[in-house]
Amino acid sequence: MESRRNPRAVVDPKVRQVGFFTSDSTHHPPDPIASDSHPVPTVSPSRNSLSPVMIPPPRHNSSDAFPLRAAAAASAVSPSSFSYSTRRDFPDGSTTAASPGRVSRGSFSRSSLASSSLPGVGMDSMAAAKSSSVPASGLTTVSVVNMPHGLSEKASGVSDQKKSSKPLKEKTTKAERRALQEAQRAAKAAAKAEGGGKAPAPLVSSGSVASTSVKAAKPAKPSSQKNDVAVAATAAAGPSEKKGGTSEKDRKKDAPHPRMQYDDESRVVKAKRRAVVKQTEAKNRVELFRHLPQYEHGTQLPDLETKFFQLDPMHPAVYKVGLQYLSGDISGGNARCIAMLQAFQEVVKDYSTPPEKTLNRDMTAKISSYVSFLIECRPLSVSMGNAIRFVKNRIAKLPITLSESEAKAALQSDIERFISEKIIAADKAIVKHAVSKIRDGDVLLTYGSPAAVEMVLLQAHELRKKFRVLVVDSRPKLEGQLLLRRLIKRGINCTYTHINAVSYIMHEVTKVFLGASSVLSNGTVYSRVGTACVAMVASAFRVPVLVCCEAYKFHERVQLDSICSNELGDPNAISKVNGRGDINYLDGLTNNANLQFLNLMYDATPSDYISMIITDYGMIPPTSVPVIVREYQKEHLLV
Amino acid sequence: MMELEIELKKASDTLKAWDTTSISLTAGCDLFMRYVTRTSALEFEDFNSAKSRVLGRAEKFGEISNKARKIIAMLIQDFIFDGCTILVHGFSRVVFEILKTAAQNKKLFRVLCTEGSPDKTGVLLAKELAKLDVPVKLLIDSAVAYCMEEVDMVFVGADGVVESGGVINMMGTYQIAIAAHSMNKPVYVAAESYKFARLYPLDQKDLEPALRPIDFGVPVPPKVEVERSARDYTPPQFLTLLFTDLGVLTPSVVSDELIQLYS
Repeated sequence: MESRRNPRAVVDPKVRQVGFFTSDSTHHPPDPIASDSHPVPTVSPSRNSLSPVMIPPPRHNSSDAFPLRAAAAASAVSPSSFSYSTRRDFPDGSTTAASPGRVSRGSFSRSSLASSSLPGVGMDSMAAAKSSSVPASGLTTVSVVNMPHGLSEKASGVSDQKKSSKPLKEKTTKAERRALQEAQRAAKAAAKAEGGGKAPAPLVSSGSVASTSVKAAKPAKPSSQKNDVAVAATAAAGPSEKKGGTSEKDRKKDAPHPRMQYDDESRVVKAKRRAVVKQTEAKNRVELFRHLPQYEHGTQLPDLETKFFQLDPMHPAVYKVGLQYLSGDISGGNARCIAMLQAFQEVVKDYSTPPEKTLNRDMTAKISSYVSFLIECRPLSVSMGNAIRFVKNRIAKLPITLSESEAKAALQSDIERFISEKIIAADKAIVKHAVSKIRDGDVLLTYGSPAAVEMVLLQAHELRKKFRVLVVDSRPKLEGQLLLRRLIKRGINCTYTHINAVSYIMHEVTKVFLGASSVLSNGTVYSRVGTACVAMVASAFRVPVLVCCEAYKFHERVQLDSICSNELGDPNAISKVNGRGDINYLDGLTNNANLQFLNLMYDATPSDYISMIITDYGMIPPTSVPVIVREYQKEHLLV
Repeated sequence: MMELEIELKKASDTLKAWDTTSISLTAGCDLFMRYVTRTSALEFEDFNSAKSRVLGRAEKFGEISNKARKIIAMLIQDFIFDGCTILVHGFSRVVFEILKTAAQNKKLFRVLCTEGSPDKTGVLLAKELAKLDVPVKLLIDSAVAYCMEEVDMVFVGADGVVESGGVINMMGTYQIAIAAHSMNKPVYVAAESYKFARLYPLDQKDLEPALRPIDFGVPVPPKVEVERSARDYTPPQFLTLLFTDLGVLTPSVVSDELIQLYS
């Protein structure tokens, strides 16, 4: 934003200021943050040059707003940096806000120094922010944070965040220059994309941005990012991070990133710095899966719960959903997607455009930041990714001429329509098709607890078809028990077994119904781990395998194995067998150097083992998935 | 206009009800309805012009169906090389058209015809082919695997082409396809595009039963059941190519066409 342009304060790179400083004595004294968080920067709008932190938010002139915002940002940013300052400011009640500044945190990335700020770039939300990097692709929010975290700007269109980090030591290494260039290029691209709303000042101008780790300019995975909002999270944080360096020591380098490869140390470090949810990386990891994030479980939830009232920039509905994901209360593609969309509806309802910002860009930035938070809680499922893409698309398409309340209403109704058409109505269509395939005398096998299949079975039972169900389950989640309970309550004749017996009972099965988290373009079904096993055994016994999946979960990517993209769960869930003390041999062995636990959440079933996919578009062979993806996208664009 | 559509629908339903087992009839009616009502005829204000436009399209549909066989015959000519041996099953008019065209083009090939019991349709086909001076050899259905090694390709027609890319055809097609597949002989299906149906059978029993009386020549003892189904389903993995008036397609394209047609 132009208004955000602040004169860049040149800070001697050699001087590293830890803690936040402001010449304004009224601000909270710099408290050294115990944890690895970055020092909470205080924002002093007026004195950019003096304080290392900066970036006064465009709209608020009052310095109160500033600290608050900063605080908010700070708090939003990383749990660890709880700065007291935040606490102090909090009571202010500024909350929610719609202030974009706050939102920008979304990414919780550390933004760098204000001085270097990226003026002109989108919304500069936080001046102080320590770490919030504003995801702004077009918006280019720049959060400048005290900490010299490099802000890397993501070249990928949508949620680019530009963060400028002002490294304390001014490095003009090649990497930095390159990062600078990338940032500039991205800024230009973003600006062009956005219609040139804001002057895409290549923030890096101050040069500080150049993070040592060039990763910053991670134009990488633009395509994969498309879905993931997570750009925010991904943008690699600037390298030189002030305290990050020292305080991060004990913190494992890990960073939640939607499609980021976690075996890249520097990226992980950067992303971690921006994280809101403090995650400590698991120590004992399987080598083959190093590219996937894995955190110590059990530490995040209590941590986040305490921070509930401090995460100012985070909308409470989104926060709640994030916690529910983290604790496992909500699981399953549809449930997670619906919960997230409903939280977004709340966000839209409470939203108010900050002055001098356009609703489209600001809202998109906000959504991006929320999404990065959600990713930190639990990596996105494909259904969520597609829904987010839809929401962003709708926001971008809002006509400029609409008033704010009209735009908000339109957006809310769009989201409502998505839920009702693509999920609820789709499920009804699937049930109608699937039920026609169930005949009297059938023995149907299902695995886990797929929502769509449950609906099919219940409906078939309503239609008085005579069949019985075989529920196959597996540790550690034992989701099949929930399905079993619900089926039995309705009076359906069920059998229950674990997956190790699937080849034993398959001879009596007539059809297999499976659910899917996603279906990929080459017909591969990406679903709960164990599904591939069941499908292969069924195929060996020549039993038809029917996959029930709504069309909005289809994705154009292709996956050949279950390794390149997956989700790792809690290893302790495997080592500990609940309720059976006698066979708990592995309990407590999670940290043994000679033993690694692997708790995969998903697996990929090749299309050869699938007989048919039942979607709301009808029954299709696995080879026709790209056609549906094509038709579906066309619909999106036209709608 | 809406009235007209309703009338058409009623007529179509009546026609379909006449023979519920005929897949091509059902598919043809459905496609006709879609073809005709999907036109921009609805944009026309004037009823008469709309009606004539619908009529025009309907005639066009009829013409296309008639011409379809000729188009298919033309497409498949390149696949018949001199000196090849073709195995055919059942009396499909499309396949007959193909072989007739090939004979007229002076290609040298010979045909192995299965008997096609209990209908003995194969014998009829053999008679027709002999009139065209095409060398024909008749086999009983059980001799297919025995003769498969000297066969170069298999031609079959279709009662219906289903969404998975498989075909529903006269009883016996499935086993011939399995034998051909196991010996790496291509199986070519010749079917007009109006036979594409929105069915998706999972197994043989998933079809609408079409029964016919079977005469074994000797009276069937009491308490002995007879399998009387007239047709079977051949899954797509046993088929090589589909020759339709839309072109030469692989089985997986059928679903694409259907999705586009019905979406």
